Amino acid sequence: MRALLIVWRKELIENFRDRRTLVSALLFGPLFGPFMFAVLIGLLLDKTVTESDQKVELAIAGSAHAPNLVRFLEDHDVAVTRSELDVERARASIRYSTHRLVLLIPEEYPKRLQSGLPAPLKLVSDASDNQTGKYAARIRLLLGVYAGQLGSSRLLARGVSPDVMQPIVVDDIDVSTPAGRALLVLGMMTYFILFAMLMGGLYLAIDATAGERERGSLEPLLTVPVPRETLIYGKVLAACCYMLVSLAVTLIAFEIGLAFVPLEALGMTANFDTVVALKVFLVAAPFVLLGAALMTVVASFTRSYREAQSYLTVVLLVPTLPILFAGLYSLKPSTWLMAIPSLSQHLLMTNLLRDEPLEPLHVLVSVVATLAAGLAMTWIAGRLYQREAILG
Amino acid sequence: MIAIEELHKSFGSVRALKGVSFTAQDGRITGLLGPNGAGKSTTLRTLATLLKPDAGGGRVDGYDILTAPLEVRRRLGVLPHSAGVYPNLSGRENISYFGALHGLGAQLIEQRTEELVTLLEMREFADRRAKGYSQGERLKVAIARALVHSPRNVVLDEPTTGLDVMATRALRGLIRRLREEGHCVLLSSHVMQEVGALCDDVVIIARGVVVAQGTPDEIRQRGGAATLEDAFVSAIGSGEGLE
Repeated sequence: MRALLIVWRKELIENFRDRRTLVSALLFGPLFGPFMFAVLIGLLLDKTVTESDQKVELAIAGSAHAPNLVRFLEDHDVAVTRSELDVERARASIRYSTHRLVLLIPEEYPKRLQSGLPAPLKLVSDASDNQTGKYAARIRLLLGVYAGQLGSSRLLARGVSPDVMQPIVVDDIDVSTPAGRALLVLGMMTYFILFAMLMGGLYLAIDATAGERERGSLEPLLTVPVPRETLIYGKVLAACCYMLVSLAVTLIAFEIGLAFVPLEALGMTANFDTVVALKVFLVAAPFVLLGAALMTVVASFTRSYREAQSYLTVVLLVPTLPILFAGLYSLKPSTWLMAIPSLSQHLLMTNLLRDEPLEPLHVLVSVVATLAAGLAMTWIAGRLYQREAILG
Repeated sequence: MIAIEELHKSFGSVRALKGVSFTAQDGRITGLLGPNGAGKSTTLRTLATLLKPDAGGGRVDGYDILTAPLEVRRRLGVLPHSAGVYPNLSGRENISYFGALHGLGAQLIEQRTEELVTLLEMREFADRRAKGYSQGERLKVAIARALVHSPRNVVLDEPTTGLDVMATRALRGLIRRLREEGHCVLLSSHVMQEVGALCDDVVIIARGVVVAQGTPDEIRQRGGAATLEDAFVSAIGSGEGLE
């Protein structure tokens, strides 16, 4: 036990002095996730806002001929600029991007409207421009609504129910937003948390085997009167500590970063506050031992630092698989799913982020199963150190 | 005292050791001499309990390398062929780490480290991180690390490889000093002159078997040769791998 602590302490100190380890464990890993996440959420929200809330800019020529229509458009979040353009000049103004959309109201519009004849309007736009296409569609929709209202009042004036003109009513039920998008985003967020955690122990795991071997310090180390598995347990423990710090830094970064993002728009708990962060920490922490041991086991099969690095990059992807699976099949938390490490952390963290209550049994199963897997993997790492091949 | 008995060891289809036996006495320097690939490192690694022999065994101060590996390690100070140090620790910290792993108390570690820093003339660089050490400096740290627990038996695998003349002289001085203090010193080398100049007893090993052993004079006389080198060549049966 004493030897284990000696190894643990030395690994903590030595790696703390290594700039690469520090940067990747405590800076790059933990901050990359929250940063990416903030950017992605920002883009997502931005898109949502653009689609629904932002005003559409519309230049109207001949607005004097249809004051009611112009008022209707203005009431429906259209930023109207009044101008005096004819068709030719309207085309030119679109081509030179002076305007995005131009609505031309001809002189005969009020006259034809009054006599109950179809009143012509001209909407000039560049359909090849993606963004404009969306705006044009909205204007067309608004014009349709306006026309519908006019039509209804005409029918009413003639004593006919407007329902006659509506043989079918379609109710659009859109289930994709925002909960669906949120699921994707939540999956990413929990993955970033697990990723940062693994990054925290990556270099220690490499150092424990491939690094020591490459430096030529493994052989002298194995000549000390300490059982080999004790040495490796000390190293795994040190990796665990770095991973826990890494996890904590990640969550702090998320807490600070997400304070500026309106999470409720994505169906998540509105405040990712210290209490939630603490709960996420406790739910994710049991995975640390498994992660550290798994990386050590994989690294112990490699012959060089570089080789270990490339293999461990793959290991960093391992926790995504259950998360991907969960996303594909929209898995709901259940007791037996809690027995699967990384998936159970993902599901529990998702619950927490959505401000849903945690099932105590689920937490218990997740913690016990993950720790058991971690202990088993640590034991395997210890066994692997008994092999003569470990000397390289 | 180190006693090796009928060691056999294979790596896959390669038979590295085919029955190696010899003893190294306290207060004497024993040289394990042989061409590259003769099995010197494998022998020393097996002795240091890093490898398990397929057959045969060995004893260090009476402790069996197979049944009491931790006791054996306590009584051995090993300088392996690849003796890397931790680049982010200072020389002194490198030495202390091994002292702690050998179970020494903090005070004793400090005292022993200080002694070794003086003995090996490391004061200039001992408190610097090992990252920028020269090969000689690294080797000094590695030797100090192997001696920190004052082992009765010292095993050095090709200790002078890569050292300059001055460092080699200093190392020889240290090895003789260990002999004066009554230690059992076992070192391997493929450099004839080194073994001839330093060793009290010589064990010549080739292709996994011991082909000759005794004092340098005995080996010379037995082989009917004028020099140890001639005796060596006649013992191993060829001039391969000689320097």
